[in-house]
Amino acid sequence: MFRTEMMEINMGPQHPSTHGVLRLELTLDGETVVDVRPVIGYLHRGVEKLSEHKIYVMIPPLCDRLDYVASGSQNLGYIQAVEMLAGIEVPERARYVRTILAELNRISSHLVWLGTHALDIGAMTVFFYCFREREMILDMFESFCGARLTTNMFRIGGLLDDLPPGWIAACRHFIDLFPSRIKEYEGLLSTNRIWLERTKGVGYISAEDAISWGVTGPMLRASGVAYDIRKTEPYAAYDRMEFDVPTHKDGDTYARYVVRLEELRQSTRIIRQAIDGIPAGEIRAPKLKTRMKAPVGEVYHEIEGPRGVQGFYLVSDGGEKPYRCHFRAPSFVNLAAIGDMSRGGLVADIVAIIGTIDIVLGDCDR
Amino acid sequence: MSPLGMTMDQVIVNLVIPAVKIAVVLGVISGAVAYLTLMERKILGFMQLRLAPRRVGPSGLLQPIADGIKLLLKEDVMPQGADRALFLLAPVLAIIPAFASLAVLPFASAPFEVFGYTITPFITDVNIGVLYILSISSLGIYGIILGGWASNSKYSLLGSLRSAAQMISYEVPLGLAIIGVLMLAGTASMVGIVEAQRDAGMWFFVPQIVGLFCFFVSAVAETNRLPFDLPEAEAELVAGYQTEYAGMKFAFFMLAEYTSMIIVASVATTLWLGGWMRPFPGVEQLAFLDWLNFIHPALSGVFWFTMKVLFVLYVYIWLRGTFPRYRYDQLMRIGWKWLLPLSLLNVLATGIWLVLR
Repeated sequence: MFRTEMMEINMGPQHPSTHGVLRLELTLDGETVVDVRPVIGYLHRGVEKLSEHKIYVMIPPLCDRLDYVASGSQNLGYIQAVEMLAGIEVPERARYVRTILAELNRISSHLVWLGTHALDIGAMTVFFYCFREREMILDMFESFCGARLTTNMFRIGGLLDDLPPGWIAACRHFIDLFPSRIKEYEGLLSTNRIWLERTKGVGYISAEDAISWGVTGPMLRASGVAYDIRKTEPYAAYDRMEFDVPTHKDGDTYARYVVRLEELRQSTRIIRQAIDGIPAGEIRAPKLKTRMKAPVGEVYHEIEGPRGVQGFYLVSDGGEKPYRCHFRAPSFVNLAAIGDMSRGGLVADIVAIIGTIDIVLGDCDR
Repeated sequence: MSPLGMTMDQVIVNLVIPAVKIAVVLGVISGAVAYLTLMERKILGFMQLRLAPRRVGPSGLLQPIADGIKLLLKEDVMPQGADRALFLLAPVLAIIPAFASLAVLPFASAPFEVFGYTITPFITDVNIGVLYILSISSLGIYGIILGGWASNSKYSLLGSLRSAAQMISYEVPLGLAIIGVLMLAGTASMVGIVEAQRDAGMWFFVPQIVGLFCFFVSAVAETNRLPFDLPEAEAELVAGYQTEYAGMKFAFFMLAEYTSMIIVASVATTLWLGGWMRPFPGVEQLAFLDWLNFIHPALSGVFWFTMKVLFVLYVYIWLRGTFPRYRYDQLMRIGWKWLLPLSLLNVLATGIWLVLR
């Protein structure tokens, strides 16, 4: 008689749509996914251990290389954690500039997500449209700090330098333009039957499951939980900004698409308010030594990164270097839910789900 | 007397002229395929706000030749555990049906005379031309299945299985979509169908728009192009059945795919878009559109045929620039639940109209 057996497939670590060096061990029954086991660690660089041997100001460049798509958020989170640990007050103007840059970073990160997600599902053109706008943001980063991807934008106590002349005008031009560009992406995707069929009902995760997996960020909000660190524990200048936390009740890939697109709009709104309300004054706290020391103690600081909650845990023994560093990586936590999300789906759904989780393997493997 | 027992005249008419015609058509189409890849890249580049190839030759015009040389010089890789014979045979099996279908495409109608011999500007015209294309192009699937099977790779196997299911499913609506035209034309000869459109005074896409729609959607699926390019969905299956192929063997698969695109566009042109005829062939005032007639009417026919084929190919590429990819189950659902009933209804409606007329 005939005998059937499951097919084991290794997806990655070199595969067009695993967004880096993720490896998935798939068990397939024909085209149906029976099980998914993510295998990570191909990009592990030991950043946490490395940080124990570096003085506080040397760590931000390492943080940039965790989540290289949203280096600004990583940077901001670490620096705020150090400031909390050492009790440093940051001037108001620096807080505003940090907010603007962090939100621009969120937009550029979401654009990478949208572009690659659409590319995985087969819509090639969206990718180039997204990168057109991302290019404008990267140009702004470059004119501010000289780097485009791993920016190292902020300094402990504030900023290295003030915004260059004309930067605000460029930023205003961008946020005036950007809403019409969001409409372009939506024109290509939101009303496209194929896009809807590929995303609706795919990769469903309920609010309860999302919470118990520790999923955060747009993924959690798309399951109907309005949890956003920017609202619950505001940092930088977010307590002065007015913005909504978009949620969706469906918890599928389409819901996450809707939530992230709405976040693009809300980010634009925050940047507009920050530009309008930016105060004059100092950009850096006075009297900071390069080889600064932090008092004995520990701190855990969370910020709302583009992918979810980015946590920074620092322990100080009173020296120049942190005694222990730990980074909570949203990619790592969110990726853990991939098994529940993709079981029973088809192979084609896997790539949609990897895209919608929006992982960055540098963040995941640390 | 020549060796075959024919007169010199018969040898020329029966052997030399067809051989030359075949050589010309194959040569032109192979070149056209190479430049179709460039055209695709240029149009996609234009749609996607980027510069298409422009380094090789003036504005990238020599790019296809550079690509061809590169593929020729590539190392010929044979994967471990592959079925050697089938692995080599598969690309050939893919390309033969694609090229064989070219035999009945009517590029123009007006015959011309060379050294006293009358030559028709197509390779041949058989009374079952449409059926010939349908049956021959169905054979192309063997190359894909065997290629995927012989590669000894799971991605290739999945890709070729998808391809088999997809191409067999879409064969049915593809055939049914054509029947409407055959009923109106009353012939299955490719030349006869164009002449029927001339006699009817309109191109068949007017009464058979549903048929054209069904045909085009099925044909996109048959040729594995977006939004139905699941067999080679690069995001999921790396490159589907082509994953393990490199160099000229890979080029053969590409050649087969793009030749099939040209054939589909040519069939759509012949059956629905009036073949070699200029727009509104009945309106005398538009006769200037046949400006190539002053050289020879066949040239004018080839010109309009090419224009229409290019238009259909543009739509192909346009789809690729716009749409995401369907999922396997959705693809099957569209084929069996939408296209098949729709094309059957089209046949029914055409039949009723023919009876009541």
